[in-house]
Amino acid sequence: MSEKKKLRVATTSLAGCFGCHMSFLDIDERLIDLLELIEFDRTPLTDIKHCGPCDLGIIEGGVCNAENVHVLREFRKNCKVLIAMGACAVNGGLPAQRNHLDLRDILEVVYETEGSLAKGAHIPNDPELPLPLNKVHPIHEVVKVDYFLPGCPPSGDAIWKFLTDLIAGRTPHLGHGLLHYD
Amino acid sequence: MNEQETIAAVLERHNHDGTRLMQILRETQEALGWLAPETITAISKGIGWPRAKVEGTAAFYSFFHLRPRGKYCVLWSDNITDRMLGNRELMQRLCEKLWLEPGRLSEDGLVFVNTTSCTGMCDQGPALLVNYRAVTRMTIDRVDEMAELIRNQVPLAEWPAEWFRVEDNIRRKDALLDHGLVPGEALAAAFARGPQALIEEIKASGLRGRGGAGFSTGLKWEYCRAAPGEAHYVVCNADEGEPGTFKDRVLLTSYADLVFEGMTLAGYAVGAQKGLMYLRGEYRYLKEALESVLARRRSEGLLGRRILDQDFDFDIEIHLGAGAYVCGEESALIESLEGKPGRPRIRPPFPVTCGYLNQPTAVNNVETLAAACLVAAKGGAWYAKLGTAKSAGTKLLSVSGDVERPGIYEYPFGVSVRQVLEDAGAKNCVQGVQVSGPSGVTLSANELERRICFEDIPTAGAFMVFDCTRDMFEVARNFAHFFAHESCGFCTPCRVGTQVVARLMDKLATNHGSPYDIDELFKMHRLMQGASHCGLGNSACNPIFDTLTKFRPAYEKRLKSLDYEPAFDLDAALSQARQMTGRDDAAAHLLNVE
Repeated sequence: MSEKKKLRVATTSLAGCFGCHMSFLDIDERLIDLLELIEFDRTPLTDIKHCGPCDLGIIEGGVCNAENVHVLREFRKNCKVLIAMGACAVNGGLPAQRNHLDLRDILEVVYETEGSLAKGAHIPNDPELPLPLNKVHPIHEVVKVDYFLPGCPPSGDAIWKFLTDLIAGRTPHLGHGLLHYD
Repeated sequence: MNEQETIAAVLERHNHDGTRLMQILRETQEALGWLAPETITAISKGIGWPRAKVEGTAAFYSFFHLRPRGKYCVLWSDNITDRMLGNRELMQRLCEKLWLEPGRLSEDGLVFVNTTSCTGMCDQGPALLVNYRAVTRMTIDRVDEMAELIRNQVPLAEWPAEWFRVEDNIRRKDALLDHGLVPGEALAAAFARGPQALIEEIKASGLRGRGGAGFSTGLKWEYCRAAPGEAHYVVCNADEGEPGTFKDRVLLTSYADLVFEGMTLAGYAVGAQKGLMYLRGEYRYLKEALESVLARRRSEGLLGRRILDQDFDFDIEIHLGAGAYVCGEESALIESLEGKPGRPRIRPPFPVTCGYLNQPTAVNNVETLAAACLVAAKGGAWYAKLGTAKSAGTKLLSVSGDVERPGIYEYPFGVSVRQVLEDAGAKNCVQGVQVSGPSGVTLSANELERRICFEDIPTAGAFMVFDCTRDMFEVARNFAHFFAHESCGFCTPCRVGTQVVARLMDKLATNHGSPYDIDELFKMHRLMQGASHCGLGNSACNPIFDTLTKFRPAYEKRLKSLDYEPAFDLDAALSQARQMTGRDDAAAHLLNVE
């Protein structure tokens, strides 16, 4: 009997705080069980820089700059199923708090008029740096997203339930207790 | 009188009674122009309610202003029928003439221009409200003249009276509009029978609620009469907010006696001494005329103590709404009558056992009450013969849109859509008909044999016609924005859902759509229909679902590609950062599609 093929999974954090990834690690020893079912592609755990063809892509964080757009598109192109994990990916979350301010004002205050900066400081314009978008967007506003895993962060148990549902072919359902907003 | 004295006088007039808050706020605003923070404080002290509760009510209703709204407040009716008559262009012109933007008070605090939900003048649009007085048949010339009048600060009383003229436009009469009854006739017949027999007669007539839901009027009155309570109440639902509906306006203008007599009948049947008419704020201009009909009826012994010398006291009071569609739902209407925001109650208990002030209350539509007079005077058996088996009687239709003769058409139930279109003189070829307003049903041209009756298409009366030159997607988009504006905000599926739907429709309108967005609209329809707290959310996606089913190409032609598309221009989203950094290299740009 041939060994069941493992699902290939990629994860990344865009405009997020890595809190969702930390929560992912909170599935603790179940990680060993999980690794019987999946193998990792691009993820902060493997340090693979670019994503290849995958079954699942898990995105933490919203879209705040041009690089986020490129990474998100790379995931969408390579992953059969794309998951928005956590409040920032789902709604924009904390980074989207800047959306009620004008980006020009923010850059000006932070890099030019704020008193504690060195003399002659200016808004960074190195082509190496990705430009920020006028507004922060949840990822579903930029690419098609298949599933949403809410929470800030979703608990380890919620992530475990969500992934085991998905891997087993069930529509993920968190239900009472795992879906809450405190 | 200074401001404090004005507020004190209003409070005095209403006995410092918090349940009358809607009327207190309206009368204060009519006198002072807007509801300043200190006004709200004074009112909350005057009625002994917490300030937040008073502000909560004031903030809920579109027609109450917690910020200055200028000496002239011009609100353009924004139903699809007004749009088809060019209201957007006219509003734009008015704004240009007055040097202002819609939704923003002019710098000098003189004038405010914006849109509002349908004002019920679809047969004589484009319509607007100026300081909450209805103006009809706007034209370019009128816009130019209006701009002059506002700039010269001419008082409304000196504006051309012609502008405020509202036509009945009755095009076809049947049993109700040709009733031939004299005031008091139906009441005398009812008194001869007694209240229980009156209810039996109404039940025998098969009369069903004309607000659209079609509940048996006789049963409603019977349940209400049987319900224990300290007092019973009759409420006439004249909050005709469903866009495209204006039949109650005509009944209240030219058949007010019949409506009030119907309320009195209901009072007699259920054992009430008090009736309340909840008149939508858009029909404020009708109040004085209605009050004088009430005064006349009192002097004729048809209202007040010992009506027609019987042992029956009953009187009627008019309450005005303040621009909230959701108050057409009977439990939200009752909340509003009690001075609260119009949020639908959880039912059961139903108003017949626990309504106004938690007492048994019969809430009936204007047209139902008028029809009840016919039954009382001419008998249930006679009435039951009109119409179809399950839809006794006649129905008033408010016909508007692409027809030669918009207006009121009364037919026995069972009339075909095609017949109505022929009588009204449908223009060009008919593409679609929206029956019963945005929450009703969208018909396509191959459904014209369908019939207006509870067995087929139930309706509150709206009948909007769209010819082949119209874009049915834009019709649905107008309705989506209507619901997003009118959601009361109480439950999440409706509050968020109506916004999501409106944004998806805008995304499609700006050619950013993909098939995923259409899937999402269907998903929202299912979600909101199943999970919303009241009928508003349940039916808010009806026009989307119907047009997607019957006019799908109108959506598909707007799709940008078969792949997912963002709703906004990604490259433009880097514009501010490019400007601030001075960069224009390749990495400083994003292709919208890879």
